[in-house]
Amino acid sequence: MTEWKKICAVSDVPVLGSRVVESEAHGRIAIFRNSTDEVFAVRDKCPHKAGPLSQGIVHGKTVTCPLHSWKIQLDDGQVVPPDVGCVKHFPVKVDMGEVYLEL
Amino acid sequence: MRKLKLVMVGNGMAGVRTLEELRKIAPDMYDITVFGAEPHPNYNRILLSPVLAGEMTIQDIILNDLQWYADNGITLHLGSKVTEIDRKNRSVIATDKNGELITVDYDRLLIATGSSPFILPVPGKELPGVISYRDIKDTDEMIDAAAKYQHAVVIGAGLLGLEAANGLALRGMDVTVVHNSEWIMERQLDRTAGKMLQSALEAKGMKFRMSAQTAELLAGDAGRVAAIKFKDGESIPADLVCMAAGIRPNVELAEKAGIHCNRGIVVNDTLQTYDPRIYAVGECANHRGTAYGLVAPLFEQAKVCANHLAMYGIGRYQGSVTSTKLKVTGIDVFSAGDFSGAEGTEDIVLHDPGMGIYKRLVLKGDKLIGAVLYGDTKDGAWYFQLLKDEQDIHDIRDHLVFGNSHLGDVGHKGNSMAASMPDSAEVCGCNGVCKGTIVKAIQEHGLFSLEDVRKHTKASSSCGSCTGLVEQILASTVGGAYTPADSNNKAVCGCTDHSHGEVRKAIKDNKLLSVVEAQKFLAWKTPNGCASCRPALNYYCISTWPHEAIDDPQSRFINERAHANIQKDGTYSVVPRMWGGLTTPGELRAIADAAEKYKVPTVKVTGGQRIDLLGVKKEDLPGMWSDFAKAGMVSGHAYGKSLRTVKTCVGAEHCRFGTQRSMTLGVKLEKMLFGMWSPHKFKLAVSGCPRNCAESGIKDIGVIGVDSGYELYVGGNGGIKTEIAQFFCKVKDDDEVMEYGGAFIQLYREEGFYLERTCHYLERVGLEHVKKAVLEDAEQRKALYERLLFALQNYKDPWAEIFEDKPGGTLKREFEIIKV
Repeated sequence: MTEWKKICAVSDVPVLGSRVVESEAHGRIAIFRNSTDEVFAVRDKCPHKAGPLSQGIVHGKTVTCPLHSWKIQLDDGQVVPPDVGCVKHFPVKVDMGEVYLEL
Repeated sequence: MRKLKLVMVGNGMAGVRTLEELRKIAPDMYDITVFGAEPHPNYNRILLSPVLAGEMTIQDIILNDLQWYADNGITLHLGSKVTEIDRKNRSVIATDKNGELITVDYDRLLIATGSSPFILPVPGKELPGVISYRDIKDTDEMIDAAAKYQHAVVIGAGLLGLEAANGLALRGMDVTVVHNSEWIMERQLDRTAGKMLQSALEAKGMKFRMSAQTAELLAGDAGRVAAIKFKDGESIPADLVCMAAGIRPNVELAEKAGIHCNRGIVVNDTLQTYDPRIYAVGECANHRGTAYGLVAPLFEQAKVCANHLAMYGIGRYQGSVTSTKLKVTGIDVFSAGDFSGAEGTEDIVLHDPGMGIYKRLVLKGDKLIGAVLYGDTKDGAWYFQLLKDEQDIHDIRDHLVFGNSHLGDVGHKGNSMAASMPDSAEVCGCNGVCKGTIVKAIQEHGLFSLEDVRKHTKASSSCGSCTGLVEQILASTVGGAYTPADSNNKAVCGCTDHSHGEVRKAIKDNKLLSVVEAQKFLAWKTPNGCASCRPALNYYCISTWPHEAIDDPQSRFINERAHANIQKDGTYSVVPRMWGGLTTPGELRAIADAAEKYKVPTVKVTGGQRIDLLGVKKEDLPGMWSDFAKAGMVSGHAYGKSLRTVKTCVGAEHCRFGTQRSMTLGVKLEKMLFGMWSPHKFKLAVSGCPRNCAESGIKDIGVIGVDSGYELYVGGNGGIKTEIAQFFCKVKDDDEVMEYGGAFIQLYREEGFYLERTCHYLERVGLEHVKKAVLEDAEQRKALYERLLFALQNYKDPWAEIFEDKPGGTLKREFEIIKV
């Protein structure tokens, strides 16, 4: 059974930045906020060499992994070509300025 | 709005490239119809030679398959010949593959009809077995002939002719190349290089008849060509004759429609013909008197043309300097520019017949205007760049001929010539990429630039040490299509067309104070830039407008945001600063305590005389820093594009040879420069005597004490490619070291491009330029030094700022994990 869990306020996530969420069931999840205040959540592990995506630079709807600069689309977890791969992404919603994750 | 109609006549590389560029910037502006005379979709004509040589198949060289046209909503008529352009009614009339007439209206017409081979007007030119070398059909015919017949004659010893001859020879034919000049490739090579190439090809089994005039082609019993007869009366057997004596632009269609042509369809700098609704690109176009036959200039034309079709109205094509590379496996030839040896030019020549190496550089004044390389072409890209950039080479003239390839000293087993490496040899030591993998990627994906190869293979994308090798592989795989990146005018990244220099200038001239402001002012193409341009913009803002610009942490690489160095497992390394490499028992005790308290797995001494604690969890960083602060230690910035360390020897304080107090000066310099951000990392060293124990020769600034003062060296680098620092000046005391060194640093901070080390900066601007600013002009030197001190004043230790922040604060939350 999954449920919506309240994580933090949108304002707790820096614009074009991230926060790390630790969940017992899913391990580390990176949540991102972009310049238009959209919030995304993906597993905090690059499909390339497991780099922490939360530490990358966010641009558009994409994050660049800090280890070897793979680019990952935050809305669907797909890796930007020519690299190939994907990372698990989690449903997110924002309600009354609070971020919820479906876990 | 009604969609405009764009019709393209010709379905080759230049035309389709224009459509691709157009699709990128204005995907919905046009309904596009394409007419192609050949039955194939767009393929990579450059790679016909490897197909002929049996190294690739037709399928491998398709650039845009039929699906691509469908996906982009392009109506494609293959095997259709356009017979008329009706300018009055703005339509083209074509005959399709079934002989039916098609009429299509246009708002804009793009003519990309390419060129045709020049067929010698000799008797017998129509005989079966006499072909040109231009398209897939010719290639198939040659492959077919090679299986059945023995004697081949290739007329014309230019690039194409030699590649055809090589391919036919590899397929087992007995090949004679007939040429009407004294040496081969006379338009690309001078006599010496031409003769060297000829001997190399002769060693591969090709025969040559030089200064030969063809009189006629003779038929055999079966009606097929059987021999070639020369004007001197002699004849030799020929079962296949391949005409490769040059090309002629295909202008008949345009001429018939009354468009001005003169050795090509005449176009202006926006690729418009005399009819402004009609554009022409590629080999059929004559731009400022030149019809280009190589791919690189055609791609530049495509970009400008697409820009105008999209009605952007910016961008001009102003002609190209071209380079040539012969795609014959195992032979390296390169030429670029003008090497005719005209009046007022000088030659620098290095000729070693024993080694099979020939290099000739042609200079005019202080500029390089031409280069011919044979045998050793690894510096071709560098020379081409100097030539294109019209760089002043006065400073480097004495060693110009020895080259300066983009090739590191290590990581590729000392290989410097890609051609001689087997496919299984590792080219990129960082990412484990072999030569064969790179060649395959270039061919399969139709890659033309270093950037593309980096993206697809990862070769040369980490440390860059093998860049020179990758460039060679690219150049020999795509031949003349390869254009080395133009370092000075290269766009910062895909988010903009502006170069680093233009961005720096705009930020200064218009007082742009943040990344966002700069992006807005310069019309960035992406909403937030990318991981390449944001850090650069941030640096340019804060270095140009210290204390005023907004330093955006989200535009910094994680290391500069977390003030520690990210490791492969996501943990961090922490290096507390030890001024000048000096420490105390108290500091060492604090480091030992912290290492135990935070269970640091590895403690190591760095190359810069500091102690590195590796494997620290991010959450533990603020606590560890707070402990260090209690022992009086601050951030060592071992992670930033910033001042790293000042390495010192023992010096006159203790050493019996020391002439100057190097530790004292090292500490002073490091304290002065604490918190200095720079285009790239910045390292210094101070040695107390010329024995140079602090290794000042490979630092950005190296100071060497002598009895009468100090010598300053600049631009050293101990990395990928060891660069020995160059002598800058002699000064008398510590204060002058700070002033002269500080002024040099500030000039680099103000003029350097992001991620450009001092050695590369000096290579670009020249040491003379820096000497003029810092040494010859005392006022400017003082002003630079003042600006440096101003930028650095009131800098607060970033570690303290973070651990002093309240929990959940904007600085500290970076380090906090949310538990659910």
